[in-house]
Amino acid sequence: MLANEKIAVEHGLKADEYKKICSLLKRTPNITELGIFSAMWNEHCSYKSSKLHLKKLPTSGEKVIQGPGENAGIIDIEDGDAIVFKIESHNHPSFIEPYQGAATGVGGIMRDVFTMGARPIANLNSIHFGSPQNKKTKNLLRGVVHGIGGYGNCMGVPTIAGQTSFDSSYNGNILVNAMTLGLVKKNKIFYSKAAGLDKPVIYVGSKTGRDGIHGASMASASFDEKIEEKKPTVQVGDPFTEKLLLEACLELMAGDSIIAIQDMGAAGLTSSSIEMASKGNLGIEINLNQVPCRETKMTPYEIMLSESQERMLIILENGKEELAKKIFDKWNLDFAVIGKTTSSKNIELFFDDKKVANIPVNILVENSPMYDRKWKRTKLPKKNKFKKDNFKNLKIKDVLQKILSNPNICSKKWIWEQYDHTVMGDTIQKPGGDSGVVRVHGTNKAVAASVDSSAVYCWAHPLTGGKQVVAESWRNLISVGATPIAITNCLNFGSPEKEENMGEFVECVQGIGEASEYLNFPVVSGNVSFYNQTKDIGIKPTPAIGGVGLLKDYKKMITMSFKETNNIVLVIGKTSGHLDQSQFSRNILDDKNGPPPEVNLFNEKNNGETLLKLIDKDFIKSAHDVSLGGIITSVSKMCIKGKIGIKLNKPGYLINKFEYYFSEDQGRYIIEISKNDLKNVIEILNKNSVHYDELGILQKDYLSIDDKTKVSIDELISFNNNWLYNYMSK
Amino acid sequence: MKSSVITFPGSNCDRDMDVALNKFGFKNKMIWHNDIELPKSDLVVLPGGFSYGDYLRCGSMASKSKIMQSVIKFANSGGLVMGICNGFQILVEAGLVPGVLLRNKYLEFICKNVFVKIGNKENPYFKNHEKNIFEFHIAHNEGNYFCTNEQLKEIEDNNQIAIYYCNEKGQTEEQFNPNGSIKNIAGILNKKRNVLGMMPHPERMIDQSLSGTDGSIFFKNLINNIK
Repeated sequence: MLANEKIAVEHGLKADEYKKICSLLKRTPNITELGIFSAMWNEHCSYKSSKLHLKKLPTSGEKVIQGPGENAGIIDIEDGDAIVFKIESHNHPSFIEPYQGAATGVGGIMRDVFTMGARPIANLNSIHFGSPQNKKTKNLLRGVVHGIGGYGNCMGVPTIAGQTSFDSSYNGNILVNAMTLGLVKKNKIFYSKAAGLDKPVIYVGSKTGRDGIHGASMASASFDEKIEEKKPTVQVGDPFTEKLLLEACLELMAGDSIIAIQDMGAAGLTSSSIEMASKGNLGIEINLNQVPCRETKMTPYEIMLSESQERMLIILENGKEELAKKIFDKWNLDFAVIGKTTSSKNIELFFDDKKVANIPVNILVENSPMYDRKWKRTKLPKKNKFKKDNFKNLKIKDVLQKILSNPNICSKKWIWEQYDHTVMGDTIQKPGGDSGVVRVHGTNKAVAASVDSSAVYCWAHPLTGGKQVVAESWRNLISVGATPIAITNCLNFGSPEKEENMGEFVECVQGIGEASEYLNFPVVSGNVSFYNQTKDIGIKPTPAIGGVGLLKDYKKMITMSFKETNNIVLVIGKTSGHLDQSQFSRNILDDKNGPPPEVNLFNEKNNGETLLKLIDKDFIKSAHDVSLGGIITSVSKMCIKGKIGIKLNKPGYLINKFEYYFSEDQGRYIIEISKNDLKNVIEILNKNSVHYDELGILQKDYLSIDDKTKVSIDELISFNNNWLYNYMSK
Repeated sequence: MKSSVITFPGSNCDRDMDVALNKFGFKNKMIWHNDIELPKSDLVVLPGGFSYGDYLRCGSMASKSKIMQSVIKFANSGGLVMGICNGFQILVEAGLVPGVLLRNKYLEFICKNVFVKIGNKENPYFKNHEKNIFEFHIAHNEGNYFCTNEQLKEIEDNNQIAIYYCNEKGQTEEQFNPNGSIKNIAGILNKKRNVLGMMPHPERMIDQSLSGTDGSIFFKNLINNIK
């Protein structure tokens, strides 16, 4: 059956894109070929709206082994070891079917990592839901958490950190971003570039079914009232098969049989075969009758577009088929030789002895559309001028209670206790800290990872917000004693066809680029998710940054729990009292205007690097960065974790106590040191021109602010711990 | 001392157990579920994980694996067999210890530290311990131990309850029970006390930097008891 413009539009292609296909092919495509184009040219796979801007991100550096463009990014962690990592979105499917959507998101990102030869050693996630009052939120949260746990727990990979937020802009579009880190020997990395002629193309893993057809196209469009009809486009996960696939692939990778390997993710067999051929500048010929199918009478169109999970495509050295088959037989997985590499530079598909598709690979990849979309700059909003009257009737303790129990700040234990975070026996910093930390098995090294986003800041001023997220990731790594190395980004935005949304994207990316360049914290992998939009309403711009850092000696790791009474607590970094867009301003003063806190990259770098020096000299007993909710929120969390109180002492600044304790100025950390080290620490801070305040001294049982204001540790715990449990049990 | 850890498809704590056993002096071998022969062992361990994806009842498919016939024979002849988490579920399905393991009472996977109190010290796993209360780590979705009233009477009469969930003081009230287990049971022995099934993972607590060190105490004591 031949395609036409109407069918093309139904596939999500634009009329002029269809014309381009016909002119590139010099003929009308048949329906299978059209399906392949629609899968390769949708936003999700082709990055047609984002490519132009992503090119500006810094992606290389001394420690970068592989930047964007492969299944995942790779960084050098010395001694011949490398870390493979990436973050990816599964937003659209998770809203339609939260359990399977989230589960397959986790499964997909782990496959991206072990495809490169790395054993996954840690999972993280960044999940965002609508307002708690929205009637869908609770079930979506429960489903997503069960899905993430269901997949990751079964795989035996610890989920070591994450981030959860609630905002009404996600009412119609939740975000589920999953990140995985894997460990690989530098000389055993596998890539997806095909090489050599007449090499066997192997299909391994699960059988192909009709699930997930058009998943990638679905993820490239906005939602409307017919969303329920999209359920069949969500894939179904089978973590058990993925565990077998992981072990079988790593067993085969121990030898030298594999030329190239690529997982079948979005757009399944289509994108995997085409990417391998394209990178190798070769053709691939596939006999679709050889593809193991779960259902009968699947058509070439369905086989090529299925997004059934837990499948891999491998190009083997000649003569290694038997050896490879033996390994996959041992793990009870399907193994089929489905084709070979060719010199044609075309993708050629055969079915029932007929050629059913024949497309030059380069027109699918290199000629894919690229748009310079119109975008609108966001002006820096004017600063609010708060007056004494604004604070008149406020009591610090009441405000602290409200902030600590705010859904975006409260403890997320209800979530992370459902994730196995200790399997593999190397998790030395569990969820709830600034970063999760896992040891590199059998060594003294450890890897820290954190995932962050600040949608409110990005919404108020995308350029500053973009910088801020990178800076926060950097701080979270430094707070545990890790040297930041590189980031992966998951860019969640509304429709690129709307100038405002496109502008948010462009400026956030610019901010991310500036910060990562300055901090020498390059972007090595990532993913863009547009069309997080229901009808006309898009989400707040939410770039999520996954940062990775290294601790050369895991015994030097820092946690945020206060350690010992009579120790001194300092704040590193200057507090100017910036309340606009802070939790205090939005939730207590109910004021949502104004710019986000300014990001001074010089101070970020200087403060962070100086803290690392202090950690290296063993001066730091505990540390925590200052973020949402300001100094007092950070300090409260350190009290809760360490079950130790603090006597706070506001320095004699001109700003008032609310501005001092609740402002969200950037580049700050709380540190605990022993009295004996105070002189040495101050000397180092002065020498490096780092501003600091002496904030207080640790004491038993209470956080006290002045003679009148005292909060017991038990109160702090109940402020912080109860909201989510109560919400979920209602 | 020689130990064997069985790897089933879907096991995921097999390596962690191997690391722990070797660390405390066992010479451990990994055994594939499809093998028939069990090598000469002083201890056989069925590790945690999701054997066969737990798609049927947890542990039921694995309990029918080829190697399990040898494990059952070994247990019946008095050999030491320890099942942790999914391994416990496999032991129950194989009939080596009584009862069943249901889904956690609150229907959620739980990963956290808990306290357990030793119920029986007259067995190779817990004898000679100085302390009675341990901080252990659990990570499971189906750890809610259940059995019939007759079975429970028999278990109690034979003193087969190895460990109970409790608080740091050893109190075993319902509120210290993480998963709804009958009588707060966290681990149970067979009648001859050579087979132990328990939900906690001592292999995740073998290092100061991890969730705690009571796992180290458990393994050190275990190898001394077997020697």
